Amino acid sequence: MAYGGYDQGSATAVTPVTVKILVAGGFGAGKTTLVGSVSEIRPLRTEETLSERSELVDSLYGVEQKSTTTVAMDFGRITIRDDLVVYLFGTPGQRRFWFMWDDLSYGALGAVVLADERRLADCFPSIDYFERNKIPFIVAVNSFDGTQHHSLETITQALSLSGRVPVIRCDARHRASSRDVLVTLAEHAIARHHHAQFA
Amino acid sequence: MQHEDEWFDGDAGPVVRPYALTGGLTRPSGERLDLIDMVRAVRAAGRSLPLSPEQADVLERCPIPVTLVELSADLNLPIGVLKILVSDMRDRGLVTIHRSKSAGLSDLKILQEVVDGLRRL
Repeated sequence: MAYGGYDQGSATAVTPVTVKILVAGGFGAGKTTLVGSVSEIRPLRTEETLSERSELVDSLYGVEQKSTTTVAMDFGRITIRDDLVVYLFGTPGQRRFWFMWDDLSYGALGAVVLADERRLADCFPSIDYFERNKIPFIVAVNSFDGTQHHSLETITQALSLSGRVPVIRCDARHRASSRDVLVTLAEHAIARHHHAQFA
Repeated sequence: MQHEDEWFDGDAGPVVRPYALTGGLTRPSGERLDLIDMVRAVRAAGRSLPLSPEQADVLERCPIPVTLVELSADLNLPIGVLKILVSDMRDRGLVTIHRSKSAGLSDLKILQEVVDGLRRL
């Protein structure tokens, strides 16, 4: 038969466990670069539709009267095993995109806030969001021009972060450096887990 | 004389409104769907099935499980539209949706496996 369905027995592919990691930060901080340097696929782009009131149009009710716009989001993938796959989402950091993050950060392992030390204030909104929503995050200072303008201690202070949030340097163009950023985040998420359990 | 095709530029917005792709449905049925939930076709598309071209595309792409976000990128459909399409297809028994595990702070074993796996990259 030309159709009639997939035989339940023959389609034995495992359904992998999927894990989300967010990569946030200001415009031009290197989010897509980081996603691209560790992802096994070229970063793909997806879109969300929003109404003029910046609400996620998960419900399309009434869209015919509202002007809608779209927000693009780049994502990548790391297959750890056949049955364990990590998805990386590069998300715009401005406050007006927060509505999207609620959906995105739900169940996420954690977030990387990419900082450009020449424009440190750009990552304030991202930090605010993750602190407020108790999502484990680290700050990675993307030193792509090779120069270090401030010490990590100064940056930590300027961001008024608690000492427990890791602040590290990275070069998002390099796979090994981006990998280390993700490892630091995942280790931090585990440390937070222990802290929550034994506090 | 006006050039009739001038209206169809980027600033004019999408020519096909999102709800035109969803058969008039305006929200997904059932529980909230996540970007990394996986969709899998229960049966192949056939001529006997009353499917929209977009739904036929969905069926074709997921004989093995595919995440919503990858389907969205692949089919060039906004996430919101895709969620409505696949929840309708699930209700009609055409696909199954596997919920992603919230590895968040809950599953230490998965977190440790992620760390180990990332280190090996």
